Amino acid sequence: MNTRLLDLVLVMLVIGTGFTWWLGETGHAGPAAVLTILAIAGVKGVLIIREFMALRGVKFFWPAMVIGWLLLVLAIIMAAYWRGL
Amino acid sequence: MRSLQYSNMHASSVAMTDPAAAVGSARHPPGDLAIWVFILAELLAFGVFFTVYAITRMKNVALFDEMQLTLDRRAGAVNTILLILGSWCVARSVAAIQLDQKVKSARWLLLGIAAGGGFLVVKLFEYSAKLGAGINLATNTFYMFYLSLTFFHFMHVILGMVILLAVWLKARKGGYSAADHHGLETGASYWHMVDLVWIILFPLVYVMR
Repeated sequence: MNTRLLDLVLVMLVIGTGFTWWLGETGHAGPAAVLTILAIAGVKGVLIIREFMALRGVKFFWPAMVIGWLLLVLAIIMAAYWRGL
Repeated sequence: MRSLQYSNMHASSVAMTDPAAAVGSARHPPGDLAIWVFILAELLAFGVFFTVYAITRMKNVALFDEMQLTLDRRAGAVNTILLILGSWCVARSVAAIQLDQKVKSARWLLLGIAAGGGFLVVKLFEYSAKLGAGINLATNTFYMFYLSLTFFHFMHVILGMVILLAVWLKARKGGYSAADHHGLETGASYWHMVDLVWIILFPLVYVMR
């Protein structure tokens, strides 16, 4: 494991969390805000799966299952939000 | 299972001595295969929970948006940071043991457990504030979901900490090495799953509207 990469991922995850929190605190709402929030969650999730869970370079099945789960859940959330408008 | 563990250990030792073989040898996920089956089952359960939440919100948008404003978003963000820090510490622990740095690896694990403890404390303050305000599962649909979903995750954090504690007890006695750290990777994988789930839960319940 590359520790510098792990540190960089930490910084990116903290920045992503801070930005998500800021969007909520400043009252950002609506499809664009939600799409941004879910996109940030998606990027954060992929970083955790690939670097922290160390699924990068592992047999295709495993990262595909976990990243597939992440993308499917985010897509369902976005679709449900869209239908609720 | 035993043969799979052996093949992973063998692959690790080959990769350490022969960097060129590292890419080709990385065929199985880190840790025990059984924990990955368990992780996929857990992800499925949380996925169903998130889906039901999103569909219920779709039918009660006004209520969910109004009630969401009563949540402590700052506490939610602090807890997200704590879980991310915990996950990072555990990843650093695995990185340390891969270099045979046993003491360092155990210390990183302990920091990861402490971050998990911080999460529990913040969440208990949140629950205490809500219960003190007379809020419970029967208050309304939003709070039924908020309390049950976050408590379901809360229990997973506790289980993750118990697993990490068991791994730490072995690690502090020098029970893992660069050639054999399968158990540490198993515990770490579960802990990262707990973090991953919260990465969706936080924006879904606390932020998006």
